[in-house]
Amino acid sequence: MQWAISVDHKKLAMMYIGAGLIFFLVGGIEAAFMRLQLAQAGNEVVDPATFNQLFTMHGTTMVFLVGMPILLGFGNYLIPLMVGARDMAFPRLNAFGFWLFIFGGLLLYFSYVGADGLYGAGTAPDVGWFAYAPLTSRTFSRGNSTDYWILGILVSGFGSMTTAINFIATILCMRCPGMKLMRMPMIAWMMLVVAFLVLVAIPILTAAQAMLLFDRTLGAHFFDPETQGSAILWQHLFWFFGHPEVYILILPAFGFVSEIMPTFSRKVLFGYPLMVAATVGIGFISLGVWAHHMFVVGLGPVLDSFFGATTFLISVPTGIKIFNWLGTMWGGRIQFTTPMLFVTGFVAMFVIGGLTGIMLATVPMTWQLSDSYFVVGHFHYVLFGGTVFGIFGALFYWFPKATGRLLDERLGKWTFWLLFIGFTLTFMPMHVSGALGMPRRVYTYEADRGFEIWNLISSIGVPVQMAGVALFLWNVVRTLRKGEVAGDDPWDAWTLEWGTSSPPPEWNFDRIPTCTSARPLWDRKHPEDPDAHYE
Amino acid sequence: MTALNANPSTGPLKAPLSRAKVGMACLIFMESAFFSAFLVTYLYYIGKSPDGPQPLECLELNLVLINSVCLLSSSVTVVLAVRSLARGAMGAFRLWLAVTILLGLEFLLGTGYEWWGLIEDKGLTIQSNAFGTNFYSLVGFHAFHVFVGLVLLIGVFILSLFGCINPKRDHQRVDVATWYWHFVDVVWILVFTLVYIVGRVPQGAAA
Repeated sequence: MQWAISVDHKKLAMMYIGAGLIFFLVGGIEAAFMRLQLAQAGNEVVDPATFNQLFTMHGTTMVFLVGMPILLGFGNYLIPLMVGARDMAFPRLNAFGFWLFIFGGLLLYFSYVGADGLYGAGTAPDVGWFAYAPLTSRTFSRGNSTDYWILGILVSGFGSMTTAINFIATILCMRCPGMKLMRMPMIAWMMLVVAFLVLVAIPILTAAQAMLLFDRTLGAHFFDPETQGSAILWQHLFWFFGHPEVYILILPAFGFVSEIMPTFSRKVLFGYPLMVAATVGIGFISLGVWAHHMFVVGLGPVLDSFFGATTFLISVPTGIKIFNWLGTMWGGRIQFTTPMLFVTGFVAMFVIGGLTGIMLATVPMTWQLSDSYFVVGHFHYVLFGGTVFGIFGALFYWFPKATGRLLDERLGKWTFWLLFIGFTLTFMPMHVSGALGMPRRVYTYEADRGFEIWNLISSIGVPVQMAGVALFLWNVVRTLRKGEVAGDDPWDAWTLEWGTSSPPPEWNFDRIPTCTSARPLWDRKHPEDPDAHYE
Repeated sequence: MTALNANPSTGPLKAPLSRAKVGMACLIFMESAFFSAFLVTYLYYIGKSPDGPQPLECLELNLVLINSVCLLSSSVTVVLAVRSLARGAMGAFRLWLAVTILLGLEFLLGTGYEWWGLIEDKGLTIQSNAFGTNFYSLVGFHAFHVFVGLVLLIGVFILSLFGCINPKRDHQRVDVATWYWHFVDVVWILVFTLVYIVGRVPQGAAA
């Protein structure tokens, strides 16, 4: 009960992350069923209709109910602590946003029992996570499953938007004395840009979903080509949301890397101002790349070239970040703790995902590879190898702050290696099967196409990853019962959250801290050589 | 050490921003994104309704001009209300706020009357064609936002009747609340321009 009525940003954050991890398990199980079905040619583990529901729910869950809440949860936990505030700017709005997310998620999953509708057709949504028109029209998507998809995401989207407002107000108005913008921890910068992107992108999705809802329930004609509507319009609106969404999901993970990597390299973050500039640059450029998801639509050479070029352009600030992280590690006294393993894994995996992204920005390449498993491999390298590895790094890094106990390092390293190996087994072969021509979203394939071995390897990776996740959960349970006590500052880190107790009191800081440089705790620990000298 | 002492960087931030203002600015920014989707969609569909009722024959300017004048002037009256509150003149504040609310109500009722005429006489519904779909969605969402703004203003008005509005303490807050009303007005200028001026071109001219 204390948790249900709480407006404390730390409790809300832990509920965000906890709920996100539960949805992570659900989405993972959905993926496991798909891999089981695809392990061999002509398998009959699930029927085609169920398979459609599985990939729809897997994608929707992972993006809206796993990635968003966990990352927003970390933002919720860390922003006030890192900028030296006692809570978010609007604590009650914060709780409201969290509960909207929960109800949105439950509404989406309620479709499994409630979406039969008039025709008894379809239960869970089965239109894919980007729900292209006119498949979503009443003619082709009977019953209510698509309506549940619309409403569930609409509701949780409102939650994300209120949270974004809170982030911006907190970061702009609640910083402690001395915390200038250019002294903020990188996470605060990343979350500021993420919040901006949420405010631009999610309303567009909300508007598009409202239009779709009007089409489906009131007989409007936004997206129905049979009655003067345009199916391409949905793609434009969806991807105008969808591409910034990708950066909403990756920028916070960039933030985790930018905090964890300096701590375990025992060096300051290399090129802080460039990092800030690159983040803001990504924020703006990401609003102008959406139609690279639509190269096969036939928009014409001018638009295709434009969006190909902007996509190449966005790889520049992203590349700057990669080099800054390498520069941070260069010459450092690197400690390969579990969080550090995860973030170095992040950098490696993200570079691979980024490079396949550049391949896909080449228009003729996309004509060949669009909607193949190559694309599936690409975005899992970015979202799993990137975002999820970043999230695990952050979980291991800040768990001692939130609970006062250190997760077991030996189990943690096992978790990393199992996830890393399982991940590579599952997603690396997808590039090959995709290049060989295997389309995504097919429930099975014929035996003589050369796909079998790659699909089998992909499926073998799944139990390895599941073992890694199970080990992590066991680690959490064990640590909460009898883990090593962490103390306030187990990693000898430099940002303000490590200057208060673990777990922090409800009011975060007994006295509002002051900030003299980008590493306030370093200054406090080393009064003989504070960073302020060098700023 | 002298360098550290010479650096006055631990002092308080210069003029801290108001949370309420930043929050409202973010809300307005977000709503602008929402409306831009509908505005762009409207623009895209202009002249793309070969069948059914056409904008030129359906939309008449008389009533909507009166509505527009009411809504736009309500932005002025709400500013007068806030200024009265800042002066501590509660009577004038309530008066101007009441005028604002009445003007907003006129806009909503006028829109409703216009829609009634469109549906009954011209046979234009959301199902008619792309024009009907876009018209009712865009104008309807705007009207819904006017309604929300009205709820906000009526809330402030009721609080002031019960003496819960303290000029010193609350005039900033009321001011921030009226930002939303101004936003709704600005959106109407865009909607009006697009729907009643740009959108009333003869069929085929825009294609």
